[in-house]
Amino acid sequence: MNAGLTILMSLALIMALLVAAGVFTWVERRGLGFLQERLGPNRVGPFGFLQWIADTVKLLTKEDEVPPGGDAVTFRLAPALAAIPVLAGFAVVGFGPGLTLSALDMGVIFALAMLALTVYAMVLGAWASHNRYALLGGLRAAAQMLSYEAFFGLSLMGVVMISGSLNLGQIVEAQSGLWFIVTQPLGFALFMLAGIAAAHRLPFDLQESEQDLVAGFMTEYSGMSFALFFLGEYLAIILVSALAVTLFFGGWLGPILPGPVWFGLKVGALALAFIWIRAILPRPRYDQLVAFAWKWALPLALLNLLLTGAIVVLAGAGGGAA
Amino acid sequence: MSWGLAIWAATVAFGAAILAVTRPSAVHALLLLLAALISLGVGFFAMAANFAGAIQLLIYAGAVVAVFVFVVMTIDAGDEAMAAERELLRHAWRWPALIVGLSVVPVIFGIGGGAMGEGDPAPALASDLGLLMFGDWSAATELITLLLIAGMLGVRHLGRKLGPRLRERNPE
Repeated sequence: MNAGLTILMSLALIMALLVAAGVFTWVERRGLGFLQERLGPNRVGPFGFLQWIADTVKLLTKEDEVPPGGDAVTFRLAPALAAIPVLAGFAVVGFGPGLTLSALDMGVIFALAMLALTVYAMVLGAWASHNRYALLGGLRAAAQMLSYEAFFGLSLMGVVMISGSLNLGQIVEAQSGLWFIVTQPLGFALFMLAGIAAAHRLPFDLQESEQDLVAGFMTEYSGMSFALFFLGEYLAIILVSALAVTLFFGGWLGPILPGPVWFGLKVGALALAFIWIRAILPRPRYDQLVAFAWKWALPLALLNLLLTGAIVVLAGAGGGAA
Repeated sequence: MSWGLAIWAATVAFGAAILAVTRPSAVHALLLLLAALISLGVGFFAMAANFAGAIQLLIYAGAVVAVFVFVVMTIDAGDEAMAAERELLRHAWRWPALIVGLSVVPVIFGIGGGAMGEGDPAPALASDLGLLMFGDWSAATELITLLLIAGMLGVRHLGRKLGPRLRERNPE
């Protein structure tokens, strides 16, 4: 792919993702309304569908100020750090056979790295706000990220072992016979746990938990800066869903319909699961959250890795280095 | 194009690294260190060292600096502390700067002498690296793993809950 075409495709993908994130906010609010037996937004456009456009216009025109005592440069930079790395993470996702911006041989690790970088948005935004609630939120964000990042990568190494590749395209091709959700159920469960934490979603949204920290790290944010944090969160949901589909649900593979349609349907279904989980689960206490990551999730991820490694070696089925 | 990108990334990393050690504000310095580490990652990708690039972003930029930020952001440095830091920085970096400056000389000569080789190098695959780590370099890999385990035990020891008898002996 030449440079001009790559730039054009990147811009098209960014546009599509921004619209998808906007529509997802409407889907979430309607979905939550349904699950909580209320209506949700239903005034702007058919079924309230245009609500997300009205919200965007409102946020774009709202005043956006740096709080007194805050660090202006860092305060302005932080929201961009929430959205840009996640957008970059989509570069390695395969939307169909050959439909990827960069078929990087380290695709899995690159996507994880991009998700890991979003923690700076929260930590720096919190520090620059010069606000105690925000700072507490930022500290929680950093500790949560460190705890859950530890087993995020490990949870999907079983998939990498079986497929013998870190390239997302090759991992999808390796699932033409059997999806990895069947052979790696524990890996999938741990991946989704860490994924929810990486996207900072309920029940793992301790850094902004509005009941005790006002709005946590984004207490002082308003207008478009505030919107960028939310954009980053919704994009992260889509990215984690896309990665889960690629790694465990056969990516674009499926009968009759074209590959990209299958991919979109699977990602949509998983993204809906994020809304469902948000609606039904309470938020744990902060120390329980961190203790669970180190005392349960990490050892389980290591056990999964050990068992998968043993099976791959015994079966002699591993590719790559095996 | 990739060499151009690599040199651009290296320049950004160099500039950010210099600013990182000369800024009096610790959080700004860390932000600049982060920029330097991300630029190094971009440099690795540009030179087709994809594994090193991805690890650079995930481990160094993603995790290690986050630990620093975690500590530094809890330090509320006022104007007085900043002034003291500026005073300290005025002379402190003279000798380290000289040493780093001298060590840069052979690198520059190396680039001039063609040590970087011709054209784009072949990509380094994870499987090749794995074979090296657990083949020729397995002893070194195991040694580093032991160090990590020692570190973990140390943390476990420092973070232990003292029983009533030990608490009497160590009132702190």
